[in-house]
Amino acid sequence: MDFYFGLLQIIGVHTILGLSAYVILQTGQVTMAQAGFFSIGAYIAAMLTVLAGWHIVPALLVGGLVAAAVACIVGFPALRVKGLTLVVATVAFGEFIRLFWFNFDYQIAKGEFMVGPLGGEGFKQIRFFPENGWTTLDVALFIWAIVALVMAALWWMDRSRAGTVLRAVGEDEMAAQSVGINLTATKVIAFTAGGFIAGIGGGIYAHYTTHIEHLNFGILLATFAIAYPILGGLSNVFGTLVAVIFVQGILVEGLRFMGDWRNLLFGALIVLAMNVRPRGLIDEHTAKIVKRLFSRGKDTSGA
Amino acid sequence: MLELKGVAKHFGGVRAVDGLNLSVAEGEIVGLIGPNGSGKSTTVNVICGVFPVSAGEITFEGREITKAQPHQVLAGGIARTFQNIRLFDHLTVWQNLWVAQNAMADRRAIGFLRRWLSGSAGARDSVQEQLEFSDLVDKQDEPAGSLSFGEQRRLELARALASKPKLLLLDEPAAGMNLEEVSQLDDRLRELQKAGKTILLVEHVMELVMGVTDRIAVLNFGNKIAEGAPAEIQQNEAVKKAYLGGGSDLAEPQA
Repeated sequence: MDFYFGLLQIIGVHTILGLSAYVILQTGQVTMAQAGFFSIGAYIAAMLTVLAGWHIVPALLVGGLVAAAVACIVGFPALRVKGLTLVVATVAFGEFIRLFWFNFDYQIAKGEFMVGPLGGEGFKQIRFFPENGWTTLDVALFIWAIVALVMAALWWMDRSRAGTVLRAVGEDEMAAQSVGINLTATKVIAFTAGGFIAGIGGGIYAHYTTHIEHLNFGILLATFAIAYPILGGLSNVFGTLVAVIFVQGILVEGLRFMGDWRNLLFGALIVLAMNVRPRGLIDEHTAKIVKRLFSRGKDTSGA
Repeated sequence: MLELKGVAKHFGGVRAVDGLNLSVAEGEIVGLIGPNGSGKSTTVNVICGVFPVSAGEITFEGREITKAQPHQVLAGGIARTFQNIRLFDHLTVWQNLWVAQNAMADRRAIGFLRRWLSGSAGARDSVQEQLEFSDLVDKQDEPAGSLSFGEQRRLELARALASKPKLLLLDEPAAGMNLEEVSQLDDRLRELQKAGKTILLVEHVMELVMGVTDRIAVLNFGNKIAEGAPAEIQQNEAVKKAYLGGGSDLAEPQA
């Protein structure tokens, strides 16, 4: 049973990571910096619970806020470039953050042990959950409560004017400017929100794995972060969730029995999924069908 | 209302607009015509802040907007349409109009968050008004990309009007339209003029320009070669020469 709870935790955290990229991708910006923001949240939240003895909830929040602040500061110069240049810039930023953790030591004595991040060896013994007697089920429920919160917030955002503004920028920047949208502000806000969500996800990740190191936060994780929303479709938040279940639940775990063939099939299935459903697993059309099922006879015009 | 003084825009060695003086008074419909490549669209883009000017000064209602960003120009009361329609294709017709709610009156600091999240108080009414004006009520939930060409043109005009501008810059709104659609557009522009809008109309379709405008400015090689009432422009020798030199007849639509 613990295996399934563990899988639920992974899916939950990756959903949060995917949603952090979802916000930014709405504006047409391809960001490879999400793993960097994720790592900031992870290290900050873990330091707060382990070194400062905080409860996990405020630690996650502060981790998210620090990641958001960094995203905002980085956002201004990075968002002056577009397309491939932005990809390169954000990759560089992600690597910079990763190498920062590789060189970051901050240990204090706790009883007879030294705890805290130690460069290349990483940050071990992030034991908030076991120390406070949380079971795997508790942790899974906690993670999914946060996933639900983030999804609800973004679902609401999609329906608000803010979501429409983000999409307008993603569709045509010049037209968006000409209807009065401030491009820089919109992109930086999206980047900041994406950084905050990634930071929260990172904080949770640090606590359920109990051991983080710089290698966890490389290009591969950054690629996964943007792959989920792109694979799932950018029309609504459920696409990202479905894509994470598809990748982590079915491709990574479900195909384990296939041994080495799994890796081959993994790539092939993603390519196949993108070809069969070019606008994502859950596209506007799917969303419309679901909406019709739930609101038979009701008036669905307007917002 | 709008004043361009010695405005120039150079792309490398190309002088797309070269020392242009142009003024538009409140309530006027001014035509801006000229052969292809004479700098008409560049003029629109320079006024809107898409391209920074190389030299000169642009003022709107006495305030300088030479260095303003496009969204600031819009907030000041100037909206535009594009030569090649630029809608948000995957957003619905309704959403296309909803994002364009950036009227000057909504720019209070406290209203920022509310404007961002739900649009201004009157936003929904205003969207409805635009839908009715442009006869797109039935299509409001369709993605803009699925509309017909004529509907897309109407939606783009409605989107420009959604922010309640004082001055409209229309960049070849009749391009690709048949004669019936052109005459509808003609009516619509007159309606807008009656409603107090000022319009700068860049256009190749002479039926529209000659009929609807109060005054026409003719550009060639980035410079104004003539200005006057439509009847005067039709008789102007320099204009005839510019157009004939460009290989086309002033009396014929080029769409």
